Amino acid sequence: MAAVSRWSRQQVGDRVYDFVTSACAAVVPFLLVLLVIVIARAAWPALSLHAADLLTGTTWDVSRGRFGAIPAIVGTILSSLLALCIATPLAVGAAIFVSELAPRHLRGPLSFLIDLLAAIPSVVYGLWGLFVLVPFLRVHVMPPLMTLFGMLPLFRGPAYGPSLLAAALLLAIMILPYITSVSREVLVAVPRSQREAALALGATRWEMIRDAVLPYGRSGLIGAVMLGLGRALGETMAVTMVIGNRHAVPHSLLDPAYTMAAVLANEFAEASDDAHLSALMAVAGLLLVITLLVNVVARWLVWRVRQSHRPLASSIV
Amino acid sequence: MRLVSRRAVLTRRFNSAVRLGVVLTIACAPSNDKADGSSAGREASRTRVDLTGAGATFPYPLYSRWFNDYAQRTDVRINYQSIGSGGGIRQMIEGTVDFGATDVPMTDAELAQAGTPIVHVPTVLGAVAVTYNLPELKRPLRLSGDLLGLMFLGQLTKWNDPRLRDLNPDQPLPATDILVVHRADGSGTSYIFSDYLASASAAWAAGPGRGKDVLWPAGIGGKGNEGVAGQVKQMVGSVGYVEVVYARQNFLPVAHIRNSAGRFISPMPYEIGNAAASTFTGVVASRDLRASLVNAPGDQSYPIASFTWMLLAPERIGRAKADQLYQFIRWALADGASTASALGYVALPTVTATRVLALIDTLAAAPRTKP
Repeated sequence: MAAVSRWSRQQVGDRVYDFVTSACAAVVPFLLVLLVIVIARAAWPALSLHAADLLTGTTWDVSRGRFGAIPAIVGTILSSLLALCIATPLAVGAAIFVSELAPRHLRGPLSFLIDLLAAIPSVVYGLWGLFVLVPFLRVHVMPPLMTLFGMLPLFRGPAYGPSLLAAALLLAIMILPYITSVSREVLVAVPRSQREAALALGATRWEMIRDAVLPYGRSGLIGAVMLGLGRALGETMAVTMVIGNRHAVPHSLLDPAYTMAAVLANEFAEASDDAHLSALMAVAGLLLVITLLVNVVARWLVWRVRQSHRPLASSIV
Repeated sequence: MRLVSRRAVLTRRFNSAVRLGVVLTIACAPSNDKADGSSAGREASRTRVDLTGAGATFPYPLYSRWFNDYAQRTDVRINYQSIGSGGGIRQMIEGTVDFGATDVPMTDAELAQAGTPIVHVPTVLGAVAVTYNLPELKRPLRLSGDLLGLMFLGQLTKWNDPRLRDLNPDQPLPATDILVVHRADGSGTSYIFSDYLASASAAWAAGPGRGKDVLWPAGIGGKGNEGVAGQVKQMVGSVGYVEVVYARQNFLPVAHIRNSAGRFISPMPYEIGNAAASTFTGVVASRDLRASLVNAPGDQSYPIASFTWMLLAPERIGRAKADQLYQFIRWALADGASTASALGYVALPTVTATRVLALIDTLAAAPRTKP
């Protein structure tokens, strides 16, 4: 009797526990669905009336009801990809140093400093970008770029300062700690046996890192880079302060540009007519779709690397 | 649409919560005259009136001072949310506030949408200053509307352009690029400036036109007055536009602009006021005071000026509230003018204030549809 009641009490506890945890788990997809529904409903007028203009148009003219989002889409993708190109080698290099080469007493403080970089609010990055990075670029970087490479369209002026280049550099600095931090964890997690095996085969330290450590952690490294890309795509305040906020597809690194998140931050508060609000919601939806795509691609890459990597790893070990 | 109506619902809820709070306060207040409860209630509702408004951010510092001063004199409390001109117009159309405020006059289509007559009441003057960063200049830069239009179109690109040198003889204009800075967010300041460019430059009128957000063909965008001013301060060779109060408070260099009489005018209070005074001598007496003040006639008129308006819907809010608002406006235009000047705003010149007060008197005397 006592045993039975004890058992049923346990079962009740299990059930409550089950229910609570599944409710917690359900909140996340529920929020996502809700978000999508709200954005889709608000964006519907714009999508149904001028979807073609939105997705292919290059003119964003609120007073004439033209909402072409291509400049913002291109600006978002370009600034994020450029930032990624700058940040990835730096971040992976830093991660290799911290996990493989740094003397033991340096590892702790270095990791701490890198993580600290991730804790700085983005508006602080933005202010730093506006008052330090942008003037520096305008005075010391852009004029030599224009005189040396001015014949290339990529480096044509005028040198405003706020530009695609400034945004990409700032974003690179901002995503650096995320990529470094995750990469470091990934590299630290590579089993000792991998390293020892490589060294036992007569590999130098560099060969060991290149042939045993990096391939083993490849999927994790790709995940780290994609995490950085996701952050760069959605960054708002810092970017809007340094990118110049111009609705035009940039032709040069020195041109002002726009990103989707920055358009939303700047225009949402004063958007009064329905068409404008709806177009902004459509931009928000597009940004969501692009970020989701990045995540899907990242998953797929990680999955593919794991698939192709497994036999290789087993053959080494 | 959905968003806005949600906002409206929230505002309504907020309003009813405020009303409930007022009722509770009245109910809880100790009353000496318990026998005559109804008269005590009426007494209480007369001594404390709450009005809500929403709209433009530009006059917000002045309005909050006015409302505060007025609440100390009377028992009328006015709660104002500075959500922007667009939001103010929106809430007027939806009928969720007792009054709105805007720097951008409502269009005929918007007025029709409201479904009740809406009256524009000018309260104070605003103006836009053109600021620049040319450290070599000893005297203020002189500009004309068509050259400003070309600059902001990106068609006038060098400071030492002969057309600029004609306006500024013996000023050391550098051979550098003109770097244009405009507002990135929609704003009444952009509306006034683009309204001016559209009326002064044919090329601008045919191109971007007027609006709170127009398609700026050149330059970079800054968020808010401080964003534009910050960029201009940093970039040698830049030119931008900011609200005149902001320019004056931050000691920004300000260009003299050629007005319709061909004179170069700096945006000082008298010159801004003159734009309103000279415009209203010509306007026929009507209830529509949405007049644009850009390129106003008169030797001394600054050409980039504008009214900022309170929006009233007398038939919707009922007699009692409308009368309270009329009282407030009479007070604000007379006793509040000195506060406006002290805060850096430009009060309506006498001829204009008289005209506005006449409008208020007509409204107050009009027969009411609702008691």
